[in-house]
Amino acid sequence: MNEIPLNQILFLSIGLFFIGAYGLFTRRNMITMLMSIELMLNSVNINFVAFNKYLYPDKLDGVFFSIFVITIAAAEAAVAIAIIINLYRSHHSIDVEDAGEMKY
Amino acid sequence: MSHPIYIALIPLIPLACFFILGLFGRKYFSGSAGVIGTLSLLASTLLSLITAYEYFFVSGKSNGVFQKISVFKYTWLQFSPSLSIDMGILIDPITVMMLVVVTFVSLMVHLFSLGYMKGEPRFATYYGFLSLFTFSMLGLVLSSNIFQIYLFWELVGVSSFLLIGFYFEKPSAVAASKKAFIVTRFADLGFLIGILVLSFYSHTLDFGILIERLTNTGSPYLIAINSASFLGVSALTWALLLVFMGGAGKSAMFPLHIWLPDAMEGPTPVSALIHAATMVVAGVFLVARLFPVFALSDPEALQVVTYTGAFSAFFAAIIACTQTDIKRVLAYSTMSQIGYMMFALGVSKYSGEDGLGYMGSMFHLFTHAFFKSLLFLGAGSVIHMVHSNEMKDMGGLRKLMPITHICFLIACLAIAGIPPFSGFFSKEEILMAAFESNRLVYGIALFTSGLTAFYMFRLYYSIFWSKPADTHHAHHGEGTWTMKIPLMILAVLALFAGFTPIANWISADGAPIHSKVPITFSILPVALALGGILFATRLFITANELPGRIATQLGGIYKSALHKFYIDELYLFVTKKILFNLIGRPAAWFDKNIVDGFMNLLAKITGYLSDMIKGYQSGKVQDYALYFFGGVAGLVIAFIYLWK
Repeated sequence: MNEIPLNQILFLSIGLFFIGAYGLFTRRNMITMLMSIELMLNSVNINFVAFNKYLYPDKLDGVFFSIFVITIAAAEAAVAIAIIINLYRSHHSIDVEDAGEMKY
Repeated sequence: MSHPIYIALIPLIPLACFFILGLFGRKYFSGSAGVIGTLSLLASTLLSLITAYEYFFVSGKSNGVFQKISVFKYTWLQFSPSLSIDMGILIDPITVMMLVVVTFVSLMVHLFSLGYMKGEPRFATYYGFLSLFTFSMLGLVLSSNIFQIYLFWELVGVSSFLLIGFYFEKPSAVAASKKAFIVTRFADLGFLIGILVLSFYSHTLDFGILIERLTNTGSPYLIAINSASFLGVSALTWALLLVFMGGAGKSAMFPLHIWLPDAMEGPTPVSALIHAATMVVAGVFLVARLFPVFALSDPEALQVVTYTGAFSAFFAAIIACTQTDIKRVLAYSTMSQIGYMMFALGVSKYSGEDGLGYMGSMFHLFTHAFFKSLLFLGAGSVIHMVHSNEMKDMGGLRKLMPITHICFLIACLAIAGIPPFSGFFSKEEILMAAFESNRLVYGIALFTSGLTAFYMFRLYYSIFWSKPADTHHAHHGEGTWTMKIPLMILAVLALFAGFTPIANWISADGAPIHSKVPITFSILPVALALGGILFATRLFITANELPGRIATQLGGIYKSALHKFYIDELYLFVTKKILFNLIGRPAAWFDKNIVDGFMNLLAKITGYLSDMIKGYQSGKVQDYALYFFGGVAGLVIAFIYLWK
């Protein structure tokens, strides 16, 4: 069985990362922004796992690290959703443009 | 040390009184403030009389010479092992005499004010200020070092300012108090520089040590201060002249006299206390305090004192002849009499019988305090009665105010120098001293004493004679008994103070003076004084047009004397036209355009910059995220390409 070459995996993760970044900067809906951030995190996870497999196959550091990232992402999602709920309660909207009071 | 600490209580009682009346007076003591002030001052007066008795009769003398006694001394600010500012009490004959004069006159004024200031809404404040003044003046005369005297000197100036401006609703009173403060403050600048020069060279501020170091021939300090010079005048002369400048400012010597006539805007008892008997002689006191240095080490500075005094005496007497406001006449007469004291110090020598001038000066200070405060309080009574300061509103009051009339007459005779009134004795001593050492000054003094008699009796006749009595509608009698009693006490003193054996007590070197003025010497001054009185009688006993005719004939001289020789105008010209235009305006321009301009420029630049960048603080989360990513990307690029 042919292994998938590393650079194809890296292309995938770069693609995911920039899709996420693009979503983060262009979407105004906070849920969508949160989903974009998850995309970026997952692209990083793919990198970790891929590099672990290709550079140090006898170690598990990268895998561990990606598990950490998944855990953190879960926590982050909880916090972010709590913020979104609070924002919705006070502004009746989850559009970030509506929460622009903190400016000059 | 035989002098107990109760001497310290003499100034501290009025201080306590000031705090009590100043803090709680308006609320709790609005009615009783006068009584509280008077009683506390009575205590001070008794203490100073005890001190005087103790000093002159019991313990002051040793080896036939009155000693300078330092009662206590507390090191307050230590600058270096050799130089410190102390707070102390120094007792010597002039201090003791001044203690008695200040407390006594102040007591009389407190008593008089009970009636005079009755019904005044700020009665308690008034007594508080009087107490503050009394405290500062007593502190001044008790000071044991030159810096301490400077502190009290300024305090006296402040209380004078407060009391002149007591009627602060009147713009003229406000202007007068400001003028008095600024003029004397300007003079005090000289005083301060003088103190600094003196202490720089003699490494001490203490009077005793200072005098010792600057009078012993051959002391290194004296040689140092004499060898340093500026503009061809030695540092010692500069220092003494600057100190004298301070004294001249307080004592209203020409040309720093302009504040004194205006200071008459204050309540009349205040004029009696501050601007006749006590504060204005502070300058004389200061010169007398440093007299050994003047007399032994620097006769040139003493010459300046002499001529300033003599000229002021003469100059003020001429102006006094033309003024129509009775308090202003008295103010100029005060200036003239202080001129006498000054030149008496100036013509005096230090030791032995040649110290006659010093003794005469102090003697005149003593008698003058009584008769001049009597004159002012009498004038206060008159003003209380007719509600005007102008001579033309008075006249014929002798029937209406018999006691004031008699007291005023006694004071006039005393100041004119008619025997046996007190002024005669002191003036004779001064004239004698002048006669022995400086004939020019003697001539001026003699002429001035004739003028004094003339203008005082011009005043007297204009107030009490000149018109029939029924021109006045007497609203009330002569005043309460609290106003009459001080007049009577002071009149008795104006009569008999001349018999005080001051010569035994006060002299420059502490040893008694025995010389008597021969009777024959007195003939000329007394004759001149009588001539002045007769001339005034001829002109002013009834209203006639003769004074007016003489005034027209004198023409320009009369007019310029009436306008006080345009000294005020000169000051205004110098300050407004020259100082304001040449220094004030450019300085204001510089301040507005350069100093403020620089600061405004900084503010503008900052504002412009923040305007430019404040858009980045947009409040949009995604913008911030973008900056963050931009920053991270920038760092990554920097690490990759620059981190070799």
